[in-house]
Amino acid sequence: MVVTPFTPIASLFGGALIGLSAVLLMWTTGRIAGVSGIAARLFPPYEDRQFAGRLAFVAGLVIAPVLVRLVTGSLPAQTIAAGTPLLIVAGLLTGFGAVWGSGCTSGHGVCGLSRLSVRSLVATMTFMAAGMATVFVMRHWS
Amino acid sequence: MTILIQFGIGVVFGLGLIVSGMSNPAKVLNFLDVGGIPAGTWDASLAFVMAGAIAVTFIGFGRVLKLARPAFADRFYVPTRKDIDPRIIAGPAIFGIGWGLVGFCPGPALTALGFGSASAFIFVAAMCAGMVLARFIAQLPSATRVVTPADPLET
Repeated sequence: MVVTPFTPIASLFGGALIGLSAVLLMWTTGRIAGVSGIAARLFPPYEDRQFAGRLAFVAGLVIAPVLVRLVTGSLPAQTIAAGTPLLIVAGLLTGFGAVWGSGCTSGHGVCGLSRLSVRSLVATMTFMAAGMATVFVMRHWS
Repeated sequence: MTILIQFGIGVVFGLGLIVSGMSNPAKVLNFLDVGGIPAGTWDASLAFVMAGAIAVTFIGFGRVLKLARPAFADRFYVPTRKDIDPRIIAGPAIFGIGWGLVGFCPGPALTALGFGSASAFIFVAAMCAGMVLARFIAQLPSATRVVTPADPLET
């Protein structure tokens, strides 16, 4: 494992930007900034006519690091310590579970908790516990 | 116009993920690693990401949702369900396992694509397959009979 530094100020500020994004999306389009919901609806079946807007939001997510690199000349550290089979299994579980549970860290963890939704509180506590249990097994049970 | 705005809002979200450190799976895994507390390797930063995001969203939603309607839409599309069904536990449990295996949730995984990471590309491709599969299964007659209403994407 890679030890990462504790960054309370940067994390608080970055979190505030995520919150600002969620508020702006609600104010302009009236929709929840849930990344799994937005990404999943880029695929059929299509239930409304919001495809272009969703694609634009996802494109913004992807372009953000490109802009950071253009402006600052570098990108912060990113360590992905997983081989291809693990990436595939984890990706499938993440995508399936996020849609099956109607949301992920952003939809439930940020927007849902901010709306004081009981469903989102249950979901957030569940995925936090499952994530912690998984890391515990992966790192401490061998 | 609204499409350009949504692009900008996505950029702000992505910048938040990068600045906060959430775009680094190692940081996320070190937060989830409560077993690392005795060794001093636990990274509590993610709690500050959540705190910052929820503080702004709680205040912002409180003001925005008092408006008659959004700036560019006919109404607010806010989830209304309050029931605790099996799926609101099973889904996040499955998602949490995937999250804990690699350290990517959907937002940071998509932003990682812009880092030019091949690993992120593989993860996102599998994630999208999982999403499509979940929506497909949710629409099967047997699944919709058990769970009503059957919109898997409503938060």
